[in-house]
Amino acid sequence: MLIFALRRLLQFVPTILVISLIMFLLLNVLPGNAALMAAGSQEQGIDSKFIEQMKKQWDLDKPVLTRYLIYLGKLARGDLGLSFLRRESVTALILARFWPTLKLAMAAMLIAVALGIPLGFLSALRQGSWLDACSMLGAVSGVSMPQFWLGLLLMFFLSVKVRLFPTSGYGDGGLAHLILPAITLGLGYMALLARTTRAAVLEILNADYVRTAQAKGLPQLMIHRKHVLRNALILVLTTAGLQFGSLIGQTVIVEKLFSWPGIGSLLVDTIFQRDIPVVQGCVLLIILVFLLVNLAVDLLYAVIDPRIEYR
Amino acid sequence: MNGTLRKIKARKNLVIGGSITLLIATMAIFAPLLAPYHPIDNADLLHSEEPPSRAYLFGTDNQGRDILSRVIYGARISLSIGLGTQLLNSIIGILLGLTAGFFGRWWDDLVMGLTNIMLSIPALVFALAIMAVLGPGLFNVFLALGFTNWSYSCRVTRSQVLATRSLDYVTAARALGYGRVRIMLTQILPNIVGPILVIATLGVAFAILTEASLSFLGLGAQPPTPSWGGMLSTAREQLFTAPWISIFPGLAIFVTVLGLNLLGDGLRDVLDPHITRQRR
Repeated sequence: MLIFALRRLLQFVPTILVISLIMFLLLNVLPGNAALMAAGSQEQGIDSKFIEQMKKQWDLDKPVLTRYLIYLGKLARGDLGLSFLRRESVTALILARFWPTLKLAMAAMLIAVALGIPLGFLSALRQGSWLDACSMLGAVSGVSMPQFWLGLLLMFFLSVKVRLFPTSGYGDGGLAHLILPAITLGLGYMALLARTTRAAVLEILNADYVRTAQAKGLPQLMIHRKHVLRNALILVLTTAGLQFGSLIGQTVIVEKLFSWPGIGSLLVDTIFQRDIPVVQGCVLLIILVFLLVNLAVDLLYAVIDPRIEYR
Repeated sequence: MNGTLRKIKARKNLVIGGSITLLIATMAIFAPLLAPYHPIDNADLLHSEEPPSRAYLFGTDNQGRDILSRVIYGARISLSIGLGTQLLNSIIGILLGLTAGFFGRWWDDLVMGLTNIMLSIPALVFALAIMAVLGPGLFNVFLALGFTNWSYSCRVTRSQVLATRSLDYVTAARALGYGRVRIMLTQILPNIVGPILVIATLGVAFAILTEASLSFLGLGAQPPTPSWGGMLSTAREQLFTAPWISIFPGLAIFVTVLGLNLLGDGLRDVLDPHITRQRR
C-alpha cells in the first residue's frame, strides 16, 4: 500500500510537469505583449525604458525555454512569481484565497454526499415508485440546471424575498454567508451522486451474493447495509472523488456570483486584468488539488474494498 | 424495424428529450419568424423593465428590449456553439481514439497520456486559461471549448476500437486486402458509432452550459448579442427590481440542457447493448 502510494506520487511529477509546460506555453507564447501588461497598460506609447525594466523584472527579455526553466525552479521552491498588477507574490495572493475556496467546496460536497447518496439508495430500493420517479426527475434536472441561474433564484427567494440569508459576500466567514453558495454549488453534484448511487445499488441488488444472502434468510436491513451499501460505495466514492476535483473548478462561477473571495473569483478578475502570473498560479493550484483528490480516492479504495490489492 | 420503433417508444427519456431538442432547434432555425420583435433594435427606454404582459410575454429588460425575442434568438447562439464545439471535439477525439486503438504501440501510449492529462484539467478551468490569452468573444469561446473537451470521445472511441478490431468481420476485411484506413472508416467506425453519439449528445449539453457560464462571467458573447448566459449576467443587477429578466434566459438554458441530457440518456439506453440486456 505504501509503495503504491509512493509510486502514484512519483507518477504525479511528470503529469504536473507536462501540465505546467502546457499552461506556461499557452499563457506566455500566444499573442499579447506581457511587458506592456506588466507595465500596467495594454496601450503602446509608454516609456521604452520602463518597458525594458519590466521585461527584466519578469524575465520577459529571456527566451521562452529559459523562462520556463526559471519558472520551474521557482515552482519547486513554492514560488509562483510576482503579480503584474498587484506587485505581490502570487503564492501569497493565492494562499490567502485558498481557505475560502476549500471551505466552499467542502460544504458543497457535504450537502451532495449527505443528500445524494441516501436519495439514490432509497430510489433504487423502491424502484418504480413515485419516490424513485420524483428523485430521478429531480436528479436529471439538478444536473441540467446552470449553477449561476440556480444561485440567482436562491438569492432572489431566500435573500431578497424571505431575507433568510445575506445576498452575497464572505462576512465574518460564518455559516450564514456560506449556505447559499454551498447549496448552489452542491445541488448539481448531489443530483449526480443520487443517479450514480441508484445505478450502482440496482446492479448490486441483482448480484448473486445478494440473492445468496436473501436465501440464507439474513434480515433485509443487514443485507442492505453489509452487502449492498458497502459494495455500492466503491463506485459512488469514485464519482464523489472525481466530482470533488471538478467542483473546485466550478467554484469559479459560484464565487463570482456571490462575491466570494476565493481562488475562482481571483482567477476571473485576473483574466480580465490579463495578470498572467496569477492566472497561471490559480490554474495550476486548481489542477493540483484535482490530481491530489484523485490520488486520495485511489488510496481510499483499499480501505473500503479489501479485494483491491496494490502492488 | 418495428422492434426498433417499439424500443424507442418504450424509452420515455428518448422521446421527451428528443422532442425538447427538436423544439429548441426549430425555435433557433425559425427565430426571425417566431420572435415578435427584433432582439437588438427594438430598444425602447420608455418600456424598460416592464413585467410580463400581453405586449411583452416575458417582459422587457433594462434597455426596453423584448426578452421573449432575445430568448428565441439566444437559442441560435447556444445551439451553434454547442453543436460547433462538439463537432470539433468529436473530430479530434474520434481521429485520435480510432488511430490509437487501431495502431496501438507508441502512438496509443502517446494519445492516452495526452488524454489522461486533458482529463486531469477541469474543462472550465482550461477554457478560462485559453480565454485569458485570447480575450473575450464568442469565436474565442468556440476555440476554447472546441479544443478542451475531446478526451471523452477519444477514450470511448479507443475502448470500442479495442473491443472491435479483432472481431471476425475485421479479420475478414483484412483477408480481403482492405487497407488500414479503409478498415477503420468502413468496418470499425460504423459499428462503434452508438457510444460515440451518446458522448457527443451529452457533450453538446455540456458545451451549452459552459458557453453560458463563460458568457455569464462576461467572457463570451458581448452585449448587445442576445446570448442566454450574457443576458443573465446583465440581469443580475436588476434582480431586486425586475427578477423576470433573470428567470426566462435561465429557464431556456435549463430546458435545453435537460432535453439534451434526456436525449443522451435515452440514446444510451437504446444503443448500449450492455444496458439493454440488463434491463431485460
